Amino acid sequence: MKRIDLHLLGPLVALIALVILGALLNSAFLAPANITNVLARSAFIGIIAVGMTFVITAGGLDLSVGSMAAFLAGVTIIAMNAALPGVGENWGTILIGMGVAILGGIIAGTVNGLLITKARIEPFIVTLGTMGIFRSLVTWLADGGTLSLEYGLRTLYRPVYYGGIGWITWPIIVFAIVAILGEWTMRHSRFGRHVEAIGSNDRVARYSAIDVNRVKLLTYLLLGLLVGLATVLYVPRLGSASGSTGVLWELEAIAAVIIGGTALKGGRGRVWGTVIGVLILSLIDNILNLADLVSPYLNGAIQGVIIVLAVVLQREKRTAEER
Amino acid sequence: MDAGFAMTVLALQNVSKSFGPIQVLHGVDLALEPGEVHALIGENGAGKSTIMKILGGFLDPTEGQILLDGKPARFASGPEAEAQGIIVIHQEFNLASDLTVAANVFLGRELGGFRLNHAAMREETAALLKRLNTTISPDAKIGNLSVPDRQMVEIAKALSRNARVLIMDEPSAVLTHREVGTLYEQIDRLRAEGVAILYCSHRLDEVAHLADRITVLRDGRVVRQAMRGELTEDGMATAMVGRELEDFYPPKGDPSAEIALQVRGLTVPGRVHDVSFALRKGEVLGISGLVGSGRTELAEGLVGLRSSTGDIQVNGKPVRISDLRHAFAAGLAYLTEDRKEAGLLLEKGLRVNLTLATLERFGKWRIDTRAEDKALDRATEDFDIRAKDRNMLAGKLSGGNQQKLLLAKTMLPDPDIIIIDEPTRGIDVGTKRQIYAFIRKLASEGRSLIVISSEMTEVIGLADRVLVMREGRLAGEVTGDAMTEDNIVRLAMGVGSDGGKAA
Repeated sequence: MKRIDLHLLGPLVALIALVILGALLNSAFLAPANITNVLARSAFIGIIAVGMTFVITAGGLDLSVGSMAAFLAGVTIIAMNAALPGVGENWGTILIGMGVAILGGIIAGTVNGLLITKARIEPFIVTLGTMGIFRSLVTWLADGGTLSLEYGLRTLYRPVYYGGIGWITWPIIVFAIVAILGEWTMRHSRFGRHVEAIGSNDRVARYSAIDVNRVKLLTYLLLGLLVGLATVLYVPRLGSASGSTGVLWELEAIAAVIIGGTALKGGRGRVWGTVIGVLILSLIDNILNLADLVSPYLNGAIQGVIIVLAVVLQREKRTAEER
Repeated sequence: MDAGFAMTVLALQNVSKSFGPIQVLHGVDLALEPGEVHALIGENGAGKSTIMKILGGFLDPTEGQILLDGKPARFASGPEAEAQGIIVIHQEFNLASDLTVAANVFLGRELGGFRLNHAAMREETAALLKRLNTTISPDAKIGNLSVPDRQMVEIAKALSRNARVLIMDEPSAVLTHREVGTLYEQIDRLRAEGVAILYCSHRLDEVAHLADRITVLRDGRVVRQAMRGELTEDGMATAMVGRELEDFYPPKGDPSAEIALQVRGLTVPGRVHDVSFALRKGEVLGISGLVGSGRTELAEGLVGLRSSTGDIQVNGKPVRISDLRHAFAAGLAYLTEDRKEAGLLLEKGLRVNLTLATLERFGKWRIDTRAEDKALDRATEDFDIRAKDRNMLAGKLSGGNQQKLLLAKTMLPDPDIIIIDEPTRGIDVGTKRQIYAFIRKLASEGRSLIVISSEMTEVIGLADRVLVMREGRLAGEVTGDAMTEDNIVRLAMGVGSDGGKAA
């Protein structure tokens, strides 16, 4: 009864091809250290892209996530530095920081969602606006420079990015959990079904007694929460935030979603596909860095070709199905 | 047929068409003569649209040939057929909704050179629209026009192309009474000018009125050809279905005296004013009225899809309905008239569509797909949904099966009061009859139904009592022997009545 999802097959084949290519080009590619590195770096975009999958599937879009992550990182660092004298150099302070990041993400996502559902402004416009606002706020908070976490806290916090179980670091573990929960929610929960229905035709959803605005709002809230979670994992990596943190993350996340087979017009969500999309994007980067075939500066160009190609291939499959 | 063959503009000769292993047309002969309205009728799936597509150059026949002026022709595409003067008015509008009426009428063959001649296009469009007795402005944006107005623009567009052959696919389905009159006038005028017209319709009264020649299709074969006056409406229906259609409508019921739904002073701002009525248990209450008289708005206001004021009592208890979920809780359900845009997710499967409004019944956290499958099995059986494959998309079902699926979806919460808006729009005669039987069966189970319909024969045949709306108000009510087309039209148009009593 269970059939293989054709929309997932293409990206999966591409991913496997990339892994084989990487292994052939450089023997260091399959080394645990390299794999850990690729996966950990995928985790930030990956966690955000899972949330983006829900937003896009419901027919929305969020351009603000990269700026939002930078802003949340800035606020988190300021909050931890401020709590340091009172709470001390311990996990209490770090937990406060984590709480600020997650709560801030929820609030930021809710603001986006309310502007879209209550004020009825196009998602593209709303998030283009908040993208600028968050970016500007973090630059202002950093006074044009860099916000840095106090040295002691940074040392304490470091293992959250670099540590883990064996060579599987925490970001990888969190990414895996988010992906599994995301897939389950999209596939098996009422919320996921409603998200797909709204993206497919929101009028039908409304006539089926679905609270369309609430579901849409929840997708933005969920995305904000996941941006907060990604920030929690990102801050210990460098221990700083600036106006150039998280630049273009939104586009990478959207690209991963599209490569993974989710329809940009909504209605069809593929969380596994998104995970594959994220991995494809990071592998291209990694392979270009390891092999000397093509300049790593052409990374963006190759990613761009892949995105366009993915959409073209999916379109042809669709017309074939329609016959 | 043979005598006039030399005059024939466009003809199909022994045309067959197969899609893969499925043959949908079997040796069809059809000849369109100038100055003649040729009606093509048949149930959904009989092959009407395939014939229209072949004539219009959108499909090639598998066997047989198309004759244009007696010579074999083959059109590579729709535009090529159009260049030969063969114009198709599609049921799905081919209009760009962000462009103006004039821009649409001249789309693809704009007047002027490097700079468009806006004035000339506007003037010509205005003249065409005037000929159609409409008040549509050539500068209006298509997106802002009502559905009937869009159909009129589509007709104006066809008129502007100097058609030799005009192929019309149910042009009157979405038009109001007055506009249908204008449409008939234009068809008469085109006929007098020598245009050959192929007219597809589900409305047999209109076929009897318009057609000079009738071709009846059944299962891809021509089963009957007749000239004007040779075939009654009954005869047409019989030929289409292939069996006698006695008892087309189920026998009327015997509603109890108990009031299921009492509505007092229902008002939907700007659309419906102060409507009061009662619905009895086991009753089928018809609501009639012209398009735009506020029938759909009344229903949508009642179930919370539009904001409304007024008192509603269900089984004697007052309820407040400001949201569709409240209506569900009160035991009300509404089946929309807009099957494709508000009823079903065309890109999703049958199962997802069936349970969409009642998902909370299928598992608390995880959706129980097995229970959903069982519900689909039951619905397929109860409502005789014919799907080739249960995993197919709802959009791939025929109109009749889509409507049955939508009915099954509406009935899934087990409502006591069901409002059905246009129960049989765009579906074939056989399925219509089935749906009427379903509706009567639901009433006999003690449920109460409101049936809104533009087809007067349907309301009269189906309902125990009919309310007539006009300009957002209740214009009157007819029951028993007073339920005649004449009385309903009088109430709907606001002219004096001798049968119905004004409310």
